Amino acid sequence: MIALEKRPQPSAFWSYAAPLVAVILTMIFGAALFAALGKPPLEALSKIFWEPLFGEFSFFYLPQLLVKGAPLVAIALGLSLGFKAGIWNIGAEGQYIIGAICGAAVALAMYPSEARWLVFPAMLIAGAFGGFAWAMIPGILRVKFGTNEILVSLMLVYVAEQLLASMALGAMKNPEGMGFPGSRNMSQMDAATSWISQSNGMHWGVVIALIAVIFAYILFARHILGFQIKLAGQAPRAAAFSGVNPARLILFCLGTSGALAGIAGLTEVSGPAGIVSIDFNVGYGFTAIIVAFLGRLHPVGILLAGGLMALTYIGGDIAQSSLGLPGAAIQVFQGFLLFALLAVDVLTNYRVRLVQRGAA
Amino acid sequence: MTDTLMTLDGLTKAYPGVVANSDVSFEIGKGEVHALLGENGAGKSTLVKTIYGLVKPDSGTMTLEDTPFAPAEPRAARAAGIAMVFQHFSLFEALDVAENVALGMENPPPLRDLAQRIKEVSETYGLPLDPSRIVGDLSAGERQRVEIIRCLLQDPKVLIMDEPTSVLTPQEVEILFETLRKLKAEGTAILYISHKLEEIRSLCDNATILRLGQVVATCDPRQTSAREMAELMVGGTLHVPEREAKVDGDVLMQINGLNAKSPAEFGTSLKDITLEIRAGDVIGIGGVAGNGQDELLGALSGEITTAAGQIFFGGRDIGHLPPDARRTLGICAAPEERMGHAAAPDMSLTENAALTARKRKGLTKNGFLNWGKARGFAEEVIERFDVRTPGPGNAARSLSGGNLQKFVIGREILQDPQVLVVNQPTWGVDASAAAAIRQALLDLAAKGAAVIVISQDLDELMEISDSFAALNEGRLSKPRPARGLTVEEIGLMLGGAHDMEVAHVD
Ligand SMILES: Nc1ncnc2c1ncn2[C@@H]1O[C@H](COP(=O)(O)OP(=O)(O)OP(=O)(O)O)[C@@H](O)[C@H]1O
Ligand SMILES: [Mg+2]
Repeated sequence: MIALEKRPQPSAFWSYAAPLVAVILTMIFGAALFAALGKPPLEALSKIFWEPLFGEFSFFYLPQLLVKGAPLVAIALGLSLGFKAGIWNIGAEGQYIIGAICGAAVALAMYPSEARWLVFPAMLIAGAFGGFAWAMIPGILRVKFGTNEILVSLMLVYVAEQLLASMALGAMKNPEGMGFPGSRNMSQMDAATSWISQSNGMHWGVVIALIAVIFAYILFARHILGFQIKLAGQAPRAAAFSGVNPARLILFCLGTSGALAGIAGLTEVSGPAGIVSIDFNVGYGFTAIIVAFLGRLHPVGILLAGGLMALTYIGGDIAQSSLGLPGAAIQVFQGFLLFALLAVDVLTNYRVRLVQRGAA
Repeated sequence: MTDTLMTLDGLTKAYPGVVANSDVSFEIGKGEVHALLGENGAGKSTLVKTIYGLVKPDSGTMTLEDTPFAPAEPRAARAAGIAMVFQHFSLFEALDVAENVALGMENPPPLRDLAQRIKEVSETYGLPLDPSRIVGDLSAGERQRVEIIRCLLQDPKVLIMDEPTSVLTPQEVEILFETLRKLKAEGTAILYISHKLEEIRSLCDNATILRLGQVVATCDPRQTSAREMAELMVGGTLHVPEREAKVDGDVLMQINGLNAKSPAEFGTSLKDITLEIRAGDVIGIGGVAGNGQDELLGALSGEITTAAGQIFFGGRDIGHLPPDARRTLGICAAPEERMGHAAAPDMSLTENAALTARKRKGLTKNGFLNWGKARGFAEEVIERFDVRTPGPGNAARSLSGGNLQKFVIGREILQDPQVLVVNQPTWGVDASAAAAIRQALLDLAAKGAAVIVISQDLDELMEISDSFAALNEGRLSKPRPARGLTVEEIGLMLGGAHDMEVAHVD
């Protein structure tokens, strides 16, 4: 019989090896899934994992990797703060939308100003503030009234989506757009675009995501706040004894993750997306939850996980168009990644032992 | 009691860096109360966890009633008739007593019947307990009763008790012993771990003494003095705490009519507590657990903030200050529950050092932690308080109970507090380490700090306190000089114990 024995200390080896093993398991599972769908499994895998990185058209796909990875990493980093402390912000998608709307509002209001030094920073601040404020709603409700932040933040996603639709069709509609739904294209405004180099996929969201990785790393490695976040998640009573103020911690974690999601939304809308449209949001805020866990809530892990996730998106698209794999199969494949990780994760804290069934 | 019920033969278990048990062999007879003695970290808990199927030995065998016994998991051990009361509670705080008991059973009866059974057993054995209370709101002593009753419901052949009395008052201990003697008369074997040697002398038939994982001696506790046993355990002579002449200091802290609601639903609120704390004072506060001890410590440490005008430190009203600010002023505390309250089990000792010491030890600068310094402080605590562990990088949960206690107390004492509040400072600590902790408390007082010791161990309080007060249902009696207090006077002050009878045993 197989038994699990709790390890006295979490295994350092497995905490690094688990994500790798999970990826390998996912590949095996994916191969089986694709084969069952009647597609050549190895070719499908190589389309997903190899083609975007090293294939003939990688010059086209690599920039996309940055574009897709940056919002995932930025949002997941923010979420990881709360997740470590046991504070569950599930509504990053909503904060992402509101950030985009607020930032775009600034850009559109200042149009056609050409003062980039003024417009873009103001957009950044507005975007961060929008996401922050949207996340403060579940934060303050939880602190003041003990509501569940999971539900509140999630439901605010739907509110944000309605708001987005009304903006795209109403207040922010391009007056010169000939009735076309959606705002003016900000990626073409020199003062407002987040692009640094479109052909390389570089925009300010990428830069900010990378800076955020460094900050988060320092926060957890050295700063008292990172320590308190970990403590509150692991042993709430000990945290209170140590002097952690739970209300402040909740507001900090939710606020920071909201602001990061807001910035991600803003840099997306003023760059890769360009316009405020009904279907502007594509679920980064939800996928980032997977990225956060896949990266083991560790900043560097999240960076790698965000890259991996972006890869499966892009590679999935390739497989979809060139092999005719159904989109749902790609989603199952991505979902399995998280599932495999959670399963393998058990090995970090437990050791598997073969034991003979209890004699007695 | 001559029939052998269980034998252990050559049990060995090594952890990284330590051999917890090395070639341990002995026998336990039917109806025998067998004591397992040894210093903190000697390997007692590891040994009984092996019997209970929680730890798999590296080598060695066991037999139970002459058949080989190698439980793969606690369930198998329980099915074979082994029951265990743990040193650290294994209860779910969010569930009530009956639900917790049900969780430990193979085929739990409907909850209502179970509640009835719990009531019966608790009455038979004189361990008052309401099955519908939420465990999170119970005191340590009451949680212990849940564990004991959970075991008794199983009708065990071998009952293992890992330091069951550490958190009980003398009256409660007497009640428990009546229970155990009754079980013994019914033929149950009891494997009993305790650091309270006088208890062992009055209860146990045989004793096996472990040191560094090995059996170093066996003795008949009824024929051996407590001091002799303690010396067998440490392999040296025992030091008795002593203090220099008491200094009469200024008032450091003043508690004036303190009222505080307990944050726990069924906790005991503090009612009108008044106490003057002077430099150099050691104030002993006795009483049965669950009478406001946790709350009193919380109100002093800052975990519970209070209305203005109730707590003053150096003339300043500090009732609203959170724990960190109070530590900065010089008020440190060590709560009773070390796992999860005083220390974070999954964090390293270095991180646990930073948990409370960052302000007074200057472990942070502009909010940035200096881990090198934290590690240095953790090493200092380990060194000065003889904490047995391979090093400060080890997780708190890998320490033996007593060693973690030494670490927690040492961490506070070495911060040089002006006022130190400790709850059950020597819970689960072996005799020589307990003496060292008491000595350290006395030394701290001799340096001019005030020490408030909350404890259920009256001997401990009498040994080190200058004045004594009793906490009963959230009220504190007027402190009296401890010297010359008689047992009867203390009993009267404790008051709360009078409604407890010794178990009725037929
Ligand atoms: N899970 C573990 N991982 C690593 N080391 C452990 C583990 N459990 C116990 N140890 C070590 O094994 C030794 C024996 O520990 P054990 O808990 O058996 O001591 P004990 O005799 O019960 O002490 P105490 O009186 O303090 O409870 C100690 O050095 C302890 O640090
Ligand atoms: Mg022990």
